Amino acid sequence: MTLESLQPGHRARIASIDWDALPPADGKRMRALGFEPGVEVSMAHHGVFGGRDPVAVSIGRMTIALRKVQAAAISLEQA
Amino acid sequence: MSDTIRVALLGNPNAGKSALFNKLTGARQKIANYPGVTVERVAGMLTLPDGTQMEAIDLPGAYAFDASSPDEDVTRKVVQGEFPGEAEPDILVLVLDAGNLEQHLVFAQEVLALGKPTIVALNMVDMAERDGLKLDATVLSQALGVPVIETVAVRRRGIEALKAAIAEARGQVGTLADRPKMDATERRLEARTIAKATVFQTSRARRIGDRLDNVLLNPWIGPLILLVLLFVIFQAVFAWAAPLSDALDAGAGALGEWVKAEMPASILRDFLTEGVIAGVGSVIVFLPQIIILFLFILIMEATGYMARAAFLMDRLMAGVGLSGRSFIPLLSSFACAIPGIMATRSIADPKDRLTTILIAPLMTCSARLPVYGVLIAAFIPARDVGMGIGLQGLVMFCLYLAGIVAALVVALVLRGTLTKGEATGFIMELPRYQLPSIADIAIGLWQRAWVFLRRAGTIIFSATVILWVLLSFPQAEPGESQVDVSIAGQIADGLNVVLEPIGFNREISLALVPAMAAREVAVSALATTYAIDATDEEAEAEGLASTLSKRWSLPTALAFLAWFVFAPQCLSTIAVARRETNGWKWPAFMVGYLFALAYIFAGITYWSAVALGL
Repeated sequence: MTLESLQPGHRARIASIDWDALPPADGKRMRALGFEPGVEVSMAHHGVFGGRDPVAVSIGRMTIALRKVQAAAISLEQA
Repeated sequence: MSDTIRVALLGNPNAGKSALFNKLTGARQKIANYPGVTVERVAGMLTLPDGTQMEAIDLPGAYAFDASSPDEDVTRKVVQGEFPGEAEPDILVLVLDAGNLEQHLVFAQEVLALGKPTIVALNMVDMAERDGLKLDATVLSQALGVPVIETVAVRRRGIEALKAAIAEARGQVGTLADRPKMDATERRLEARTIAKATVFQTSRARRIGDRLDNVLLNPWIGPLILLVLLFVIFQAVFAWAAPLSDALDAGAGALGEWVKAEMPASILRDFLTEGVIAGVGSVIVFLPQIIILFLFILIMEATGYMARAAFLMDRLMAGVGLSGRSFIPLLSSFACAIPGIMATRSIADPKDRLTTILIAPLMTCSARLPVYGVLIAAFIPARDVGMGIGLQGLVMFCLYLAGIVAALVVALVLRGTLTKGEATGFIMELPRYQLPSIADIAIGLWQRAWVFLRRAGTIIFSATVILWVLLSFPQAEPGESQVDVSIAGQIADGLNVVLEPIGFNREISLALVPAMAAREVAVSALATTYAIDATDEEAEAEGLASTLSKRWSLPTALAFLAWFVFAPQCLSTIAVARRETNGWKWPAFMVGYLFALAYIFAGITYWSAVALGL
């Protein structure tokens, strides 16, 4: 399962991140915000009008907005 | 001045750095640009308890020195003393959000590795406590090997202690031991360890912010709230400002009358009353509207709602090939395209950024408010269309909407042609909600108002004076119209050939020439033109709005409004676009397409209105 299919309110742990699927600048920013294998995340909010683009993800004590394409690069495992 | 120490404030975005900076320096701030880039350099002077003078510099927020945006690049260069023309800071104040230590300590490792004298401001400790965190600053200080001061910038807590610590650190310049070099993963691990040691108690207090987000980011209610908020802002800009504007207008009128009564009739008196007071006065009256608009923008930024607005807007922006990140520059552009274009630095993707720069002038900036304001007051009746919504406010809203729709269409076209490229990402921290500090908002408003007044005092003043000279010479013989005879009148005759087909009269052609300098000059130019052309005292004493309503047809007024939706003329915007895009190519394109759209849509509006018999 990848991050973009996580339902709001659910938690999971990052299993792996496909950095190659992300533009280098996006990868850099996501690393700077703490996206790394082993880190727990939860889905805070889905985007407008029932869409999943963008989504808001809780990581650490932050809420980060991401697009579907970026979230899809993050594989999850059960927390 | 060897006595002045230079202190740079740095930290992650949303660490409360600017609030801390405001409390250190008060309103005595100097805002300029770093040479060569359009990143704002914010600096202020203060006196430390021991009498030392200190210059504080507020650096752009950064997640890492490994820059992914022009902002972060400036921060790195200034801190490392590599920025040309900017002396290396003596002491660093590293601002950390107490409620998000694990994240903020990552960048802290990078800063401390520089080995420069550093003081940590552990900021927003009150919010951390509210969120159920208990921290031990002593543990943090030991782990980092630098002094740690607990601060609550918005409440002035810890400010004096911070000043004292800076004064003390002054004596220890260059005594920090070398630190081991770490890579990104090691820094994160270290940050986690230190954060765990510092935070000795965590209770899972349900954060107020989460509950707010459940409403404000609700997929259905959220966008609705944003739309209502934007509508309220534009209503407020028009309605709340009216009494203040009227007072300023009356003040300018009274001043003109007084000068007229006190001075003997002369060319100097005419210059003062018709040129300076009529011209500058007609622009100053819009200061209240600009302040109200900025008040809302500053509050949205200070509370943390602005990032939510970007989140909500991302879907729409993605539809035209942009991202929610473009929303903040574009919203700022409603106040002025210049800070708006400068705010595009936070957009990492170059094509995304270029597109945002090119459409920024389509957002109705506050300089257009004077133009809209005068014309709406003159031609749109102040009727209530129901539910407490005024017709004037509604028309204003439609004009804003027209600019937004045009911007979206232009962005879509550009992203498919000139700035074609892959869809860009959107990664953005949604900061915690915060009660804004009145002092911070006041300082922000003061700075915006000052920028506007300075423009009124320089660009608008000069343009008005030049226009007055062009209008007043050569002097008309009795029986001739002064405007017809003047140099400006002759220039306008030439322009009019081009502009007449879209319903513009000669006074408009005339006003558009000096309005190249700044859009709002159009109003003062019209005021000056009609003041000079006024044949009797009574007509001269009339407000500009009532003069216009008598002399212009409704289709002409509507065409003029349509022109100003696109209105490309603003030298400062062109200059800033040139600097941001490193050349004349894109600004030239911008001006070209805006003129074309302005002409086409003014024409369509005019002829449609005529056909409808308005």
